[in-house]
Amino acid sequence: MGQTIAEKILSHHAGKTVRAGDIVIVRVDGVMATDATAPLAIQAFRAMGGVRLWDPTRVFLVIDHAAPAPNETVANLHRLMRDFACKMGCRLYDIGEGICHQLMIENEHVRPGDLFLGADSHSPTYGAVNAFGVGVGSTDLAAAMRTGKTWLKVPKTIQITLHGTLRPGVTAKDVILRLLRELGADGANYQAIEFNGEAVRAMSLAGRITLANMTAEMGAKTGLVDPTGLSLDYPFTPVYPDPDAEYSRRLALDVSTLEPQVARPHAPDNVVPIARVRGTPIHYAFIGSCTNTRLEDLAAAAAVLRGRPVAPGVRLVIAPASRRVFEAALQQGIVQTLSASGAVFIPAGCGPCVGSHLGVPGDGEVVISSTNRNFRGRMGNPRAEIYLASPAVVAASALAGHIADPAEVG
Amino acid sequence: MNSEPICGIAHVYGDNIDTDRIIPGKYTKTLDMATLAAHVLEDLDPDFARTVRPGDLLVAGYNFGCGSSREQAPLAIKAAGVAAVIARSFARIFYRNAINIGLPVIEVEDHAIRPGDRVAVDLAAGLVVNHTRNETYRATAMPQQMVDILAAGGLVNYLLRYGDYV
Ligand code: SF4
Repeated sequence: MGQTIAEKILSHHAGKTVRAGDIVIVRVDGVMATDATAPLAIQAFRAMGGVRLWDPTRVFLVIDHAAPAPNETVANLHRLMRDFACKMGCRLYDIGEGICHQLMIENEHVRPGDLFLGADSHSPTYGAVNAFGVGVGSTDLAAAMRTGKTWLKVPKTIQITLHGTLRPGVTAKDVILRLLRELGADGANYQAIEFNGEAVRAMSLAGRITLANMTAEMGAKTGLVDPTGLSLDYPFTPVYPDPDAEYSRRLALDVSTLEPQVARPHAPDNVVPIARVRGTPIHYAFIGSCTNTRLEDLAAAAAVLRGRPVAPGVRLVIAPASRRVFEAALQQGIVQTLSASGAVFIPAGCGPCVGSHLGVPGDGEVVISSTNRNFRGRMGNPRAEIYLASPAVVAASALAGHIADPAEVG
Repeated sequence: MNSEPICGIAHVYGDNIDTDRIIPGKYTKTLDMATLAAHVLEDLDPDFARTVRPGDLLVAGYNFGCGSSREQAPLAIKAAGVAAVIARSFARIFYRNAINIGLPVIEVEDHAIRPGDRVAVDLAAGLVVNHTRNETYRATAMPQQMVDILAAGGLVNYLLRYGDYV
């Protein structure tokens, strides 16, 4: 019987053929922790007797969640990370360099066929580059920092086939939101997802990242995208599923008729077609996060705004996914266009996505955001309401002052 | 695993309780357990942190702990004195984190625990006994790897004891 992508990658890392349901000890190719998780990981690493990293070239620390530090407590946690990285000789990405997942992919730390552990729940993102990315907590990460290994239960896989061609203005974000409505917040708990089909093959790396990223919102262990059509700057050996691989569930969606989708407060799977929420007044529009602030996302927002001012009483905040994205957007005049519309650029990083700093909404305010989670209190205020959508919808809404389809703002 | 059953009073909540409601992100940037304990479940039940007593049990519905990978979530629950968490199902990362830090978690899909019930959790036997209602519920079995880690008192102690995954 054939294997899924997940079974293949895990077999390779276990050194034997494994099947869904097996519990395996596997070697990892790399590990990553952020300022939200590294301090606890460092503490646990030391508590478990760690004095050297298993391989300093495969351990990455990123200061992105609250960066630059908003207060002295966080500043001291950042200091702890810098000090640890210096002693241990591992790479630390400091403030303003970008969001952890973007940096791991952009700097080629994670590659096709890899098993990569992130102390962050959006680590399934690495499935965009055909790698098994899995989110763990700080103590699991500490154990991997020390041993180069972890244990995993080999997941079953849900196969999702995307047929058809996306209409202009409809993006991978709309696809994954639509799928979230279908599968729900625990629809893929303990399972892997594999995406394939012609709509996937046509997707850019950025689109694939958006798709894989939000499998976390379905509880998926990892979100693997079929590597057909994947284009990277380096040669790689893709990992394909076998034609006779076994899936726990098969789902198909024709994306040709899909319209923009919006997740309503306070759950990412509370998704409706935009027509159902069109006209909802907003106060605050945010374009950011590991889900959606790569170059093509910023370009899409700029194409909607075209320098026209955002609606009175609306503020638009943008946190680029990385410095490299920011510089490319500068070079292409995208930053200038967005700035002319009144967009406020904050450092590349998580920004207000997780509510630690740089743009917390006020009581009763309505936010439209290109991020991945709208749990109550997610952006730092439990009395705010967060809607999730694509960057184009966020830009159109900022322009209109209410939730709007890019098609209607011309 | 050869630990005594845990017995306590149940605090009962619903489905899909995410990690932001267990401990809002704005409080997680700390290594201070008292801060975490003070804000545990704040946006779900502002009274919880004040009313929870050491040894109490947290009971929830499906997909408890979904969302972020923050280990501060189980740490906050543990720091608040909760002795064990019972849920109909757990989100994957939360479940692992809880075991890794030595917070007992037990998955019982079918139960009728109400707030205030006196409940005993027998991890070794995989049983939950509701003394108030005179009912016994069977738990979903835990993977052996997790049983070993929990038996060691968490992953730190496990690695201190064995030096590597065994
Ligand atoms: S951008 Fe948001 S979702 Fe992504 S890693 Fe940062 S805090 Fe998490």
